[in-house]
Amino acid sequence: MDGRTEEFLAHVRSGGVVETGDWMPDEYRTRLTKFVEMHANSELMGVLPERDWILRAPTLQRKLALTAKIQDEVGHAQLLYRVVEDLGKPREACLDDLLAGRSKFHNVFHYPTLTWGDVGVIAWLVDAAAIISQKALLKCSYAPYARIMRKICWEESFHILHGRDVILTLVTGTDGQRELVQEALDRWWEPLMMFHGNPIPADEDPMVQWGIKSQANEEARQQFLEGYVPQVWELGLTLPDRALRRDDEGRWAYTEPDWEKLMAVVSGHGPASAERIAFRRLSRAEVDWVSRAVLAEAA
Amino acid sequence: MTDRVDLLLTLADDELILGWRNSEWTGIAPFLEEDVAFSSIAQNEIGHARALYELAARELGTDADALAFDRPLEEYRSAPLVELRRLEWARTIARHWLYETADAIRLAALKASDDTELAGIAAKIDREEVYHRIHAEMWIDRLVGTEAGRARLHEALDELWPYALGVLDDDLRPELVRRVEEKLRRTMPAVEAVSRGRHEAELAQLHDEMTMVRRSAPAGARW
Amino acid sequence: MTARVFEVFRRERAGAAMQHAGSVVAPDERFAEIYAREQYGRRGESDALWLVPRESVSEIGEFVDEFDLKYRRVDGYSIKERLKEARAAADGGARSRDAVSAGEPTP
Repeated sequence: MDGRTEEFLAHVRSGGVVETGDWMPDEYRTRLTKFVEMHANSELMGVLPERDWILRAPTLQRKLALTAKIQDEVGHAQLLYRVVEDLGKPREACLDDLLAGRSKFHNVFHYPTLTWGDVGVIAWLVDAAAIISQKALLKCSYAPYARIMRKICWEESFHILHGRDVILTLVTGTDGQRELVQEALDRWWEPLMMFHGNPIPADEDPMVQWGIKSQANEEARQQFLEGYVPQVWELGLTLPDRALRRDDEGRWAYTEPDWEKLMAVVSGHGPASAERIAFRRLSRAEVDWVSRAVLAEAA
Repeated sequence: MTDRVDLLLTLADDELILGWRNSEWTGIAPFLEEDVAFSSIAQNEIGHARALYELAARELGTDADALAFDRPLEEYRSAPLVELRRLEWARTIARHWLYETADAIRLAALKASDDTELAGIAAKIDREEVYHRIHAEMWIDRLVGTEAGRARLHEALDELWPYALGVLDDDLRPELVRRVEEKLRRTMPAVEAVSRGRHEAELAQLHDEMTMVRRSAPAGARW
Repeated sequence: MTARVFEVFRRERAGAAMQHAGSVVAPDERFAEIYAREQYGRRGESDALWLVPRESVSEIGEFVDEFDLKYRRVDGYSIKERLKEARAAADGGARSRDAVSAGEPTP
């Protein structure tokens, strides 16, 4: 490692920040861009599972809240792609890579949404899992990313309230409504357990070393379990993992997810991956003339 | 059913169905910044519908959700213009602009009403729709200024023109013609309006999808 | 036709300073205004916004102080140390306390 890179590493390790025009080692720039791009892709793909339910929302209030939530996610994609663009990669290139399967997006967005119960579970638990990672990113060494995380976290807090409200209404409703939640939970638990990634130790995680991530994957997962398993259980709902329990030291034990399966899913082999990518490709083709007529490339 | 309720439901149904259609673009609009902006327009429209249903609901002894979701198809009073499903951007913008132009004329008449509650809500809706009109005009100007956009836009406007006329009552239609022709600097075709009273085929499909979750629990269930 | 980047500044509440909030991509000012309004205002989070084309913003990022002219900076003086010394030299401040209670300076 050359002197300049060593200095940079020392700088970020001691809490120093990096702005857009600053010199960055190539490895930092590459890893950072890929990380933010994956985050942006995830927000963009994340709207697809939920969009269908905007059209089926059962009350005017739910319709408005759900539309606003998805709108926020599109807004987050905008914020994130702007960061990637300022790092040098235009959003059209990001979209090209996404649609060609050359880049990834988070596992949870590769799964189908089958019922209104999914809508509740996603807003309550998937967004909760995401907020934990997002709060850790508030300390990211790359300041433009850290700054947008503040807005993202603030908006996500509305989503969690909405999710909780949907769930509580369903579990106190008819048997059929309650069953919607339980059934959705049974399907979403596995992807939720995988969400924070394999338990690579912080000192072996290059993202932590460069100060891009400030929290190890396992710590994020433990935080999620500690916060949300009790919330699930107190409603009398069950989770499909018999091994799930909290030990005397406050650490959660669970059935180890299949990490290879996670890799396969994020690389485009999840149950709904192909369909979603195809849908994005089609809708992009449909409106391509608009963005070309109105916006060629960002200056 | 009073004339007043009839009017409220007509306005509400227009805003509801149009808002529902416009909300379909959330997540798939031509580019991200526009996606966010257009979604707000759709949400505003649903909000207008809700406020109008609430006024009608008071007179009818029911609630806004029941009026929005639970009526049989024949009882909706929406204009055919808003019922069309056209997930195509030139048509979306054409409809957006035509509807907002027609609605501005309609709201101006309502703001002058002796019914203070009606006049009040019309004024509130109009104040929000100022931004919708700015947005629509901006897109019309931009599209007519580009090669790719101009032909598509004019084709869309011609297709939707008879439906646009049908949004308004006879007496207000000439004003719509005047405003549209002035903006586009062309004469619009002399056609028969596609008036309210019959529903487009797509409405049944929309209503079915709109109500599928709601219908899955008995009436009165909370969601 | 190319899109342009517009920087958005926001004032969170009345009395606060305008702060950089982010940027939107738009073909022109009309579109940028609508997009900024939505991205940074739809949830009522801003009191006001400024919109500035990116090319109108110039950054000043380097400040040179090769010869360490500390006196120009607030932290360039070590008042505490000097004051301690001066008080010690004047009987630990006793003279000052007497003067204050007597109401007049002592020779």
